[in-house]
Amino acid sequence: MFFSTVFIAMREIRANLMRSILTTLGIIIGVGAVIIVVSLGNGATQQVQNDLSELGNNLLALVPGDQNQGSANRLVQMFTEDDVDAIREQVPSVLMVAPVLTQVVMAVNGNENYGSSVRGTTNDYFAIRNLDVVRGRTFTAGELRSGRPVCVIGETVRRELFGVQDPVGAEIRLSANSEVNCEVIGLLEEKGADTFGNDQDDFMVAPLAMVQRRLAGNRDVTLVFMNAVSDEAREDAIEGVTQLMRERRRVRDDQDSDFFIQDLKEVQAQIAQVTGIMTIFVSAIAGISLLVGGIGVMNIMLVSVTERTREIGIRLAIGAQEMDVLIQFLVEAILLSIMGGIIGVAVGVGVSYLAAGALGFPFLVSQEAVIIAVVFSGIIGIAFGFFPAFRAARLDPIEALRYE
Amino acid sequence: MSVTGNEQRLIEFANVSKFYGEGEAEVRALDGVSFTVDDGEFVAVMGSSGSGKSTSMNILGCLDAPTGGNYFFRGVDVGTLTRNQRALLRRHYLGFVFQGFNLLKRTSALSNVELPMVYRRTSARKRRKTALAALDAVGLSDRVHHSSSELSGGQQQRVAIARAIATEPALLLADEPTGNLDSERSHEIMQLLRRLNEEEGITILLVTHEEDMASYAKRQIVFKDGHITSDTFSGGGSR
Repeated sequence: MFFSTVFIAMREIRANLMRSILTTLGIIIGVGAVIIVVSLGNGATQQVQNDLSELGNNLLALVPGDQNQGSANRLVQMFTEDDVDAIREQVPSVLMVAPVLTQVVMAVNGNENYGSSVRGTTNDYFAIRNLDVVRGRTFTAGELRSGRPVCVIGETVRRELFGVQDPVGAEIRLSANSEVNCEVIGLLEEKGADTFGNDQDDFMVAPLAMVQRRLAGNRDVTLVFMNAVSDEAREDAIEGVTQLMRERRRVRDDQDSDFFIQDLKEVQAQIAQVTGIMTIFVSAIAGISLLVGGIGVMNIMLVSVTERTREIGIRLAIGAQEMDVLIQFLVEAILLSIMGGIIGVAVGVGVSYLAAGALGFPFLVSQEAVIIAVVFSGIIGIAFGFFPAFRAARLDPIEALRYE
Repeated sequence: MSVTGNEQRLIEFANVSKFYGEGEAEVRALDGVSFTVDDGEFVAVMGSSGSGKSTSMNILGCLDAPTGGNYFFRGVDVGTLTRNQRALLRRHYLGFVFQGFNLLKRTSALSNVELPMVYRRTSARKRRKTALAALDAVGLSDRVHHSSSELSGGQQQRVAIARAIATEPALLLADEPTGNLDSERSHEIMQLLRRLNEEEGITILLVTHEEDMASYAKRQIVFKDGHITSDTFSGGGSR
């Protein structure tokens, strides 16, 4: 009985194939939109998470200046190496601390020259930022203390300056306020571009003392990277460092801090929130589309019931009960809607795949979204198919048989 | 659902009335009609249009309920049954043959004959076997997979008869079954109906306005203006 009902419904849908597909267009668009948005949202979130975990676990950045103006303000007081030592000794929830002084330089190797930047820092920097040296080595204690001119270069710098040559052991000239010849002792693992398209391999790393004395000509620390001992300790670390730095920089109680701490987990949370809002917004539009699609299904089912009045009359005359006719038309409406849902999923997955490829996101189709979309389209079939099916079931067999 | 009671008496119309409209617009389609039909009879219900024969057919077929009097089917008062109970009664005890054939379009002869058994929840295998036998009985074994649009009028009506008899109904109601057919085809259909009555013992109620069709039946009831004007047994041997 069930199979013959489904079979009859399939035949009716096939008999009016074009009409059936047009009818379900609203459902196709609605379901497709949900799949696309959820897939791309998941992909973007995944991408951001990958980027952030690439940056380092529980990474915190201590930045001088007002949070809104950043370090662009030239009058901002920079940090010192003593600040870094104080954080290391006095804030227990901070695991590692790396001072950074960034200097824009022109790098020259023979005839090749390339503009990039040098980050003067310590070996902790590699650990905090999850940077691996794939060839060569990091700095020795002696190099760090004396400020010997050695550097570890990123993949982009290697490509620009060395091409096919082996960089390790070669000497390059760096020029900023002054010039220094610098031995390349290591090569960093390639990281590629981040979500926003920034090249993450376009820099060099050198001992802090070297960059301070030989290139920048000052004893500043422009940025301090830290990581908290654990995910839960992030709040403690932020609070501890903030308090310590306010004391050290003599910020009065009624004044705002002249520095701020960036928590990448928060950036991540913000991006997730934006993605969430987008998902809700587009889902609302998709919901309206599904509603319109449902009304389309109801409309065409009413047409179908009218067209098939005589058939309904025959069925009632030869012994169909109201429930038999009701179920027959309901099954047809549900099949129609689910068909739209499945086409919508196919369209959504296809578009998501192409869009993910174009945007460089990972292609992630949410199984839940697919199941929910198909089930929901079935529910739409029941909701909007019920009225036409009820009308069919309530037909008077005598009138229906007389219908031309 | 089972209908028990007087086994011999299949149908009893007791003072059955059917009025449409109210007041001055009131139409008395049936006005206090009484008759009985026993198992195995072949009855022709005759009359001109508006005589009440179609109304009584609808009531006999449990498609409509009388506004007055009682219609007993195997002793059960059909007037007290709900819409769904009447559907069950049709499903298990009645077979219909209509003037306009009323087969499902785009559907094979076989599927059309199987349809009433689908509602009886008969298994697919038994359905097929019974339907093939019924189509064989009406001489359409070679047209089993043709859709109704591929069949002539006479063939379509024979499919409709196969559909009606496949369920072995207690009563076969034929409403102007030859109305859309030429003379030769009409006589073929009537001979088929008479054979079903004589050989299979199926009780048949035939509604017609043509006397030579009615003469195939063993009994003729004539309606006029909502009343029975004559009820005669001819023996049905005229042809």
